[in-house]
Amino acid sequence: MEINSEKIRNCVVVSVKGKIDAVTSPDFEKSLSELIGKGEKIIVMDLGSLEYISSAGLRSILATAKHLKPIDGKLLFAGLQGPVKDVFRISGFASIFQIFDSRDEALQQL
Amino acid sequence: MRTSAVKSLILPAKIENLHGCIDFVAACAAGQGFGKRRISEIRLALEEVLVNIINYAYSDRPETGDIEIACRQTGENALEIEIIDSGAPFDMLASKEPDTEAEIPDRQIGGLGIFFVKQIMNGIRYAREGGRNKLTLTAESAGQLSA
Repeated sequence: MEINSEKIRNCVVVSVKGKIDAVTSPDFEKSLSELIGKGEKIIVMDLGSLEYISSAGLRSILATAKHLKPIDGKLLFAGLQGPVKDVFRISGFASIFQIFDSRDEALQQL
Repeated sequence: MRTSAVKSLILPAKIENLHGCIDFVAACAAGQGFGKRRISEIRLALEEVLVNIINYAYSDRPETGDIEIACRQTGENALEIEIIDSGAPFDMLASKEPDTEAEIPDRQIGGLGIFFVKQIMNGIRYAREGGRNKLTLTAESAGQLSA
C-alpha cells in the first residue's frame, strides 16, 4: 500500500495505491488520523489505483468518518474501480458516502 | 465427479501468515483456470475468514494454534476450500446479518466480513469435529459480486 496526500485549496486529496487489508489498514487509518490531527477537515479519497479493500479497510474508513463528523468535516471518494467498487456497493458504503467518478468531479463539489 | 489431488498448507494463526495463506488458495484457483476478478473475490473471502481465526480463535490461549487449509477441485468449475482451526468454537453461519443501510453514526463493521464471505462463496458448511472448527467453502468460477 502506498499513500500520497496533496493539499488542494481547503481540502486534502489522499491517493491510495495497492491494497487496504488487515495488514495495511492500521497504517492507512493512522495516516488519516494524522491529517485530521493537523487540522484537515475535508478529505477526498482518490481510490483510482486501489485494487483491493477488505472489511478491515472499511472499518478504518468508518472510524475516520466518525472522527470527522463532530468537527463538521467531509469525506468524499473518487475513482473506485472493479473489486473496490463491488465492496462499496455490497457493504452499503456506496449509499452512505458521496462517491464521484473522478477526483476532479469530487473537487468541483467543494 | 472427477476429484483431483488435495493441496494443503498448515501455518500458525498469525497475521504475518495471512498473505501466505491467501496466496496459496489464490494459486489453487488460478491453477484451475479461475479469472482474475473471481480470484480477487476469493482472496477477500479468505482474508475475512482467516482474520477472524487469527484474531479470535486462540485468543483465550497462551499460545496461538494453527490454521490448516486444503484445496481440492470438485467438478469442472468448482474449488472446495477447507479451513480448519482447533480454537474456540465458531460457526459463522450462525452470525447475525449486518445492517448495510445504517447511517454513519450507527454503522457497525462487525459482521461485514462474514457477510462478504456469504456473498462470495457458492457454498459454506461448518462442522465442529474433535475439538476443531471445520469450514468448507465452495467457489465456482463465475464471479458473484460484479453488478
